[in-house]
Amino acid sequence: MSNAVAHADAHGHAHAHHPALQHHFDTMGQQKEAAVVGMWVFLLTEILFFGGLFAAYMIYRVWYFDAFAEASRSLSLFWGGLNTAVLIGSSLTMAMAVRGAQTNKRAATVNWLILTMILGTVFLGVKVIEYADKFEHHHVPGYNFQWAAAHEAPAAGGEHAAPAAEGAAAEPHRELALNGDQLQLTTQIYFSLYFTMTGLHALHMIIGIGIMLVITWMAWKGKFDAEYYTPVEMAGLYWHFVDIVWIFLFPLLYLVERHT
Amino acid sequence: MSGHVSPVSLYITIFLALMVLTAVTVGAAFVDLGQFNFLVAMIIAGFKASLVIWYFMHVKYASKLTKLTVATGVFFLAILLGLLLIDYASKGFTSMPMPLS
Repeated sequence: MSNAVAHADAHGHAHAHHPALQHHFDTMGQQKEAAVVGMWVFLLTEILFFGGLFAAYMIYRVWYFDAFAEASRSLSLFWGGLNTAVLIGSSLTMAMAVRGAQTNKRAATVNWLILTMILGTVFLGVKVIEYADKFEHHHVPGYNFQWAAAHEAPAAGGEHAAPAAEGAAAEPHRELALNGDQLQLTTQIYFSLYFTMTGLHALHMIIGIGIMLVITWMAWKGKFDAEYYTPVEMAGLYWHFVDIVWIFLFPLLYLVERHT
Repeated sequence: MSGHVSPVSLYITIFLALMVLTAVTVGAAFVDLGQFNFLVAMIIAGFKASLVIWYFMHVKYASKLTKLTVATGVFFLAILLGLLLIDYASKGFTSMPMPLS
């Protein structure tokens, strides 16, 4: 403990402790344990926060499975898969950042944190491409929503994708229980859930990057060492949680039904 | 006190396992398993989440109190989703609103 400070308490006797140890904790271990449990309690509220959306998703998916299957096919498996890989990669770099702090490697901690933020930004960039694609194809729920399945190639004359209701040329890949008008209405429910769930997830990513900016600055200032790296660890818990949410969102949104 | 320091090789292994499982879940989606497609996807996602929680989030090396806290979250999520589905399933999802039919 090179940066331990001598400290005279109210009783007059001096004792040395880590500068990061708050006065209401006895030991660094106790202090870290309190933070870890507190962070997990916060993450529990987050689990149930997203859980409500997962619940809504499940009910509507059972009700309107065909709409979910059709709308899910319109998502790009390439972008979704790439983002999954990027986010898993960012979890690895985050774990390495915590490890850097644990082993007193200040430069490594800062570098891994920066890499994590870059990967997070790449994820958000891909999300922007995907959202722009939804706007372009009128797949945003609301007044201008127009359902046209992804497998229906746009007309060769450069004309934009025709709505499925009129798209007689479209070859259905399987029997659907819903007609065109019903798909027009029910696919909007899928896209409402898509935008809510991925939007809320993206908001968490933005907040996560914001937190990491502060943590990186603190790491740069040399505030962490093997004895005290709790903020890095907490940022890591948050970041991994956001990764876990995406691990479920990816199959739920992109892989509803791909085999027909 | 300093926490458990995992070897880099462990983190790399978990990362590779997560990548392989991502490929597996995409591959499984293209195989017709009927009703089991959803179940397989969720089992794989659950396993991936467990790997992240256990190793990346250091729950493996955490106190019993922390482990209990994590388990509580899973438990309440199961209540939320499980009881909701039991409620709907017991009514056969009959009240499906279907406009324009």
